[in-house]
Amino acid sequence: MGIRVAAWVAGALVLVTAPFVLDPYYRFLVTMMIVYSVVAVGLNLLTGYSGQISLGHGAFLAIGAYTTAIVVARFDVMPYAPAILLGAVVTALAGLGLGFPALRLSGPYLAIVTVGFSIAVPQVLLKFEWLTGGVQGILVPTPPAPGALARWIEAEQWVYLLALAPAAALAAIAANLFRTGAGRALVALRDSEVAAQSVGISLRRYKLLAFTLSAFYTGLAGGLYTLAVGFVSPDSFTLLTSIQFLAMIVVGGLGSVFGSILGAVVITLLPNYASEISKAAPWAIYGAVLIVFMIFLPTGLAGLFRRLIARRPAGARQTGASAQTSIHRGGVRDDSQQPHPTPQAAPERD
Amino acid sequence: MLLEQVVSGLASGSLYGLFALALVMIYRGTDVVNFAQGEMAMITVFVALTLMKAGLSFWAAFGCTLVFAALLGAVAERFIIRYVSQGAVLNLVIVTVGMFTVCNSLAGWIWGYIPEPFPTPLEGGAPLRLGGIVVTRYTLVILAVAVTIMVLLYTFFTFTTVGIAMRAVAQNRTASRLMGIPVNRMLLLSWALSSVLGAVAGVLVAPLTYVDPNAMSGLLVYAFASAVLGGLDSPVGAVIGGLLVGVVENLAGAYLGSELKLSFAFALIVGVLVIRPAGLFGHARLKKV
Repeated sequence: MGIRVAAWVAGALVLVTAPFVLDPYYRFLVTMMIVYSVVAVGLNLLTGYSGQISLGHGAFLAIGAYTTAIVVARFDVMPYAPAILLGAVVTALAGLGLGFPALRLSGPYLAIVTVGFSIAVPQVLLKFEWLTGGVQGILVPTPPAPGALARWIEAEQWVYLLALAPAAALAAIAANLFRTGAGRALVALRDSEVAAQSVGISLRRYKLLAFTLSAFYTGLAGGLYTLAVGFVSPDSFTLLTSIQFLAMIVVGGLGSVFGSILGAVVITLLPNYASEISKAAPWAIYGAVLIVFMIFLPTGLAGLFRRLIARRPAGARQTGASAQTSIHRGGVRDDSQQPHPTPQAAPERD
Repeated sequence: MLLEQVVSGLASGSLYGLFALALVMIYRGTDVVNFAQGEMAMITVFVALTLMKAGLSFWAAFGCTLVFAALLGAVAERFIIRYVSQGAVLNLVIVTVGMFTVCNSLAGWIWGYIPEPFPTPLEGGAPLRLGGIVVTRYTLVILAVAVTIMVLLYTFFTFTTVGIAMRAVAQNRTASRLMGIPVNRMLLLSWALSSVLGAVAGVLVAPLTYVDPNAMSGLLVYAFASAVLGGLDSPVGAVIGGLLVGVVENLAGAYLGSELKLSFAFALIVGVLVIRPAGLFGHARLKKV
């Protein structure tokens, strides 16, 4: 137990002090990792846990980002904190809207509809120029820290902390969601719709819940994105953005909160190194990563860690399994796993 | 005005139908929706262009390209898809999306992003006037090819032993194997054929769109719309779906503003799918419990 608490405290300390230590470039990079972690966790709730594929999360991010940008910068009607929340709520409603057709569609059909969604949204953004600024997009000034804090904390450092707080909370909620009835219902529906329905789980209610929740996460990340980048334009939210998010959860591990964060970190770092080879290289690598992971490591890096940890003697197991809810994807069943994380969960009560 | 919009919609619709046929081919034969279809076709078009630049005639280059396309499809099946095809639908979608991204960026890497013209001997002669409406000859060529392929595919899947075997493999691999169908060979063949169909569509489309790594991804979205609208398992549906999407998209562009063309096509698909989840001509699959 001691080691585990110490690891959490150390991790939290590193994350909180990071913006004051890192140079501006890396601080921005880590801020983006945090923002994308929220997206990845949200996407994983839908794809990894609920088995619903989405290539539309770039569009959800756009909706959240634009909502925040519009109320904060274009019309200046709201401070940024409630604006981020508004962005998340609007996006959640969009997710609910997309959830309705998704109720009737499965597998490839759903994938195609979400592709259409992620292509349609930037077009709509271009069309309503009076609202969105069209091609030019919207510039959003980075908000300074409030009141007296501004004397010690720079604006960029403040944005970092502003992103970190909800990201941590949302990750914790996601990690614990699958101890609740709703979370288990989602997993049950993913593994067998027929079986889940026959024990009285409402397909309609929980699929809509998954879409709404996932969009909420992504919309909130969108608001944070706006503040961190300081600029939104339709070009920032293409189909490739959605593919990038998919790559995050595939690399990190479908159905793992810890994996989502890991994937967001890896995929955000990658262009920094790969684009030195060629402009096209990051995308070639994203694509290759999707293929290679699905063939050789369908449980992602999180699955790999889990397997490595499982090999060690039983007493040493606890640290790495912290954020895991040991869940397998349909088709990549990992028999070494218990269906639910009860044994790992126990130590948290003391 | 209206009629002209409809005719020009039919023209682009026949292109969508062509690509949609390639998607239907692979879905019927292997139960996979290939998101990389358009990008694989784009690579074959680049190969054709390179061969023509090297001095080959259009038809010689076209022939070589078809062989290359067959190999490309076969390689994709043998070395990538075969290792995931037993898994969940989700995994397959992810892998073909990965192939889409790899093909797209590799083509950009190799051939660059500057659009290049694609010469073709099929495009020629003055546009025809049919009762006051202007139709280019090339539109008719494309439409004719699309309809021919549609008929061929329908015949192939309905009446030939190989075609029926392919459908059997798509539906139930174990049972097919027990019936003595060489399952792996059928899957390989499906991918090769579908890639060849994609190459035919690509070479026909290229003179109109020019050739660059992103030329086909826009088209693919429409092709998906068409295939889904018509029903992913129906060749006739693919072509009719293509024509419908083309017409609707053109009318929406003319009367509602061209920026929202794609969004409108998307709204149309969602509308149709909500009412008929298997598309207009598709067959709903029964779920085994």
